Amino acid sequence: MTAPIEVTGSEAEAQPDAVLKGVDRKAIQGRSLGQIAWMRLKRDKIAISSAVFLVVLIIVSLPGVTGLITGLVGGSPNKFNMPLVDATLGGPIGKLGGMSLDHPFGVEPINGRDLFSRILYGARVSLLIGVLATLVSVVIGTVLGIVAGFFGGWVDTLIARTMDVFLAFPLVLFAISLVGVIPSGFAGLEGNGLRIAILVFIIGFFNWPYIGRIVRGQTMSLREREFVDASRSMGAKPGYILFREILPNLYAPILVYATLLIPTNILFEAALSFLGVGINPPDPSWGGMLSQATELYSVAPHFVIVPGLAIFVTVLAFNLFGDGLRDALDPRTR
Amino acid sequence: MNTSKTPEPAAPAGQNAAPRPAGEALLEVDGLGKHFPVTAGLLRRQVAAVKAVDGVSFSVRKGETLGLVGESGCGKSTTGRMIMRLLDPSFGRVTFEGTDITKLSQAKLRPHRRDLQMIFQDPYSSLNPRKTVGALVGAPFKLQSIQTEHGVKKAVQELLELVGLNPEHYNRYPHEFSGGQRQRIGIARTLALRPKLIIADEPVSALDVSVQAQVVNLLEDLQDELDLTYVVIAHDLSVVRHISDRVAVMYLGKIVEIADRNDLYERPMHPYTNALLSAVPIPDPAERAGRERIRLQGDVPSPMDPPPACRFHTRCWKAQDICKQVEPPLVELSPGHQAACHFPENAAAPATGLVADATAKPDD
Repeated sequence: MTAPIEVTGSEAEAQPDAVLKGVDRKAIQGRSLGQIAWMRLKRDKIAISSAVFLVVLIIVSLPGVTGLITGLVGGSPNKFNMPLVDATLGGPIGKLGGMSLDHPFGVEPINGRDLFSRILYGARVSLLIGVLATLVSVVIGTVLGIVAGFFGGWVDTLIARTMDVFLAFPLVLFAISLVGVIPSGFAGLEGNGLRIAILVFIIGFFNWPYIGRIVRGQTMSLREREFVDASRSMGAKPGYILFREILPNLYAPILVYATLLIPTNILFEAALSFLGVGINPPDPSWGGMLSQATELYSVAPHFVIVPGLAIFVTVLAFNLFGDGLRDALDPRTR
Repeated sequence: MNTSKTPEPAAPAGQNAAPRPAGEALLEVDGLGKHFPVTAGLLRRQVAAVKAVDGVSFSVRKGETLGLVGESGCGKSTTGRMIMRLLDPSFGRVTFEGTDITKLSQAKLRPHRRDLQMIFQDPYSSLNPRKTVGALVGAPFKLQSIQTEHGVKKAVQELLELVGLNPEHYNRYPHEFSGGQRQRIGIARTLALRPKLIIADEPVSALDVSVQAQVVNLLEDLQDELDLTYVVIAHDLSVVRHISDRVAVMYLGKIVEIADRNDLYERPMHPYTNALLSAVPIPDPAERAGRERIRLQGDVPSPMDPPPACRFHTRCWKAQDICKQVEPPLVELSPGHQAACHFPENAAAPATGLVADATAKPDD
């Protein structure tokens, strides 16, 4: 341990560094995989426009912002505008379902409620349930998936079989019956707050096996990589290996899967609302609007088209963004 | 730059530098074996076992380099992983610095890991792609809760310099480096805790031939400088010849021959070693013409069902009946040269005379 250190290599191998040394000796900042993915994502026009749309949608559905906008255009979502509907037939007066500057998406038949503000308020419900339910699935799925994949053996068998049970569960039937059983006030929540909580729980809790399987499979392949052995040979405990070594390598697939799960959950919420077990009227939700519209589409076709388009565009934007994100994070899948 | 600047986290410095009597065994491996169970059916009943390593014994003296060579699947990597306790041995014993580490719990083993480190084969998979070089090389300090004198960053930069990398690359990610540079990062990480023994599992086989020499030379320089002991696992006989002081040859989970490097390469005794050495390419065509190449017939038998007695008898051109009935013991046929063969080459006396010892051995 006393010899001076000069042995670090021949001239030849020092060359690549030597070139760099001349340029900027001080600030050599590496690019993380995340930064590289972001650079790739920025070039994907479709993904970026989807992201812009989603950000705008999220901003306008923030509690304060929605009220501000509907105060300018459309008015309260639950306000009846009887002068705007035909008193005898119930259809909206005017072209295209009563579309005007005051009511850009027209009005509902029969009671004349403004569709624009109902869509905006409905967006909040859809996004809230879609995102929160996805969060629940991602957290449960990631933790159980990573544990199953890493430890294997009976732990894996137990978790994997549990996943199979959950996947075989008749979710829609369960949701319908659960909503009937749960009292109007429960755990300090009531009304639509309770309904949203139930929907988040049902959708999130029963969707975790999908992400759990992905995480489990990825973990099984990652745990065989030598950096796991290297970490263990330095004395790392299982918790460190799981959450500091393996989990950072799973961020990409988890993120991609989450952005693709959100639209599925939005659709599922819409379906449940359509079936009458979602948000209670008069509060607006996209699925609930569609449900009402099915009886009135002959009088006011726009009543079907507007919420339908809202769901379609939002789901499409999430999917396109998720696809772009996957391409950016893992160029091999192209 | 002087070594006194480099971090000396492990143990008090005096202990590291204390002169040890030459020839003291740092690592002793005694009858070590690993059988991987093969299960079948609904109840996962064990129907067979892959005898990856089946009773291997050797010792490594402080300051020397032991080369472990053999074909793919002969159990040399498994042996290395068992010494590191990345795999739990099925039987046998590993003694490191006088402590039996075979049965230690992971918690009790943790302090010993400072002195016992490993260089991994694949520089593309041994570095976590999500971590910066600084985090990778600094991880050992964190995991072993070691305080560094001038902070972890300084310690890491000194380590990077030690292995011939630009210390300014602290914030870079592994994917920004070439294979050789990545292997240097791995070596820097291995050296962080100032280990006494390093198991190098095929340290250069994933690298370009031109880079192999650089990394091998780096390992040798570091050995002189930091007083390291190596166990180098490799299948490349010329790399092993270059770096080792002693060489052990493995075949189907057993050591068939172990000797000083020059002795082994110049006077190989076991027929398998002879066959291996005859397969080493000779760069000079004139010399090549005069050489007789030994071509082994057939494949390596399955380690699930290895041949009885001498495991090499199915492919050995010298095999006789005794080779199928009595396992030849690994005995010293000339000073410092052990071989397990009934009919060794380049030897005065065959091992057959010592068969009595073999039957008394509990190996199989």
